[in-house]
Amino acid sequence: MKAKVFIRLKSGVLDPQGKAVEEALKTLGYDEVKGVRVGKFIELEVDGDSKEAVEIRVNEMSEKLLANTVVEDFKVEVE
Amino acid sequence: MKFAILVYPGSNCDHDCYHVVKHVMGEEAEYVWHKEKSLSGFDGVIVPGGFSYGDYLRAGAIANFSPITNELKTFAEKGGLVLGICNGFQILCEAGILPGALTRNKDQKFICDTVGIKVENNSTKFTSSYKEGAVVELPIAHADGSYYADLDTIKSLEDNSQVIFRYCSASGEITTEANPNGSLGNIAGITNKRGNVLGMMPHPERASERELGSKSGKAVFDSILNALK
Repeated sequence: MKAKVFIRLKSGVLDPQGKAVEEALKTLGYDEVKGVRVGKFIELEVDGDSKEAVEIRVNEMSEKLLANTVVEDFKVEVE
Repeated sequence: MKFAILVYPGSNCDHDCYHVVKHVMGEEAEYVWHKEKSLSGFDGVIVPGGFSYGDYLRAGAIANFSPITNELKTFAEKGGLVLGICNGFQILCEAGILPGALTRNKDQKFICDTVGIKVENNSTKFTSSYKEGAVVELPIAHADGSYYADLDTIKSLEDNSQVIFRYCSASGEITTEANPNGSLGNIAGITNKRGNVLGMMPHPERASERELGSKSGKAVFDSILNALK
């Protein structure tokens, strides 16, 4: 099964990358943009019996390694 | 005294730490490869700077799962002295040995500079050789040095005097201008609650000999030896 992990910085955490991207977009004339936050997207091929079982395992992986929950939130999707 | 200098794939300050322990301090030092599973016989452990595992995923994230890091957790829990410098500090945070996390510098850039550092607490095992409120200059070299922790954690660090070093101006003022990387509260170094583990972004091992321009970091090593003797 294919699992997707979306990782983003928690709202209170400084995101200089997002800020730089926002500035660049504004330089291109996209003045309507605000609040840009840059995150990570990880794709995994995972063997498992059911979607639910894979989701539990990938949540565990995210908690242990893929995300640092001190500064990041994550969301898992299994297809 | 015998010190372990941990070596992960990508560590690059291990030789500097070895040199300072062995040739400047005149103590025993031994490299310990990250695949090793024992730290027995060592009085202290230094987790050096560098780019363990190329900083893949997050700085220090993968080093957390090397066998030696597991042993390091046990060593720290037993009260053993641990000094983590730069990437070593990042590894200690990722491993949960120290609270908080080190995130990308506020200006997105790798900073290699010499900055003002205020010693906030000189009654620790790592800073007893500094004068109270000492202001020193120490080198920094990092891209991910912005210290972050939630408000409760910051409060508990402050309440327990666990903030050991802060970035400061030449006169010792803690200002936004003197904060090179965006760390909360200008935090440059913290200890755990028990006081046997110090993590710091500045490099004391690069400032321990007059020949290299400064001896202002040597007090960290002097303090550790005093604590162990």
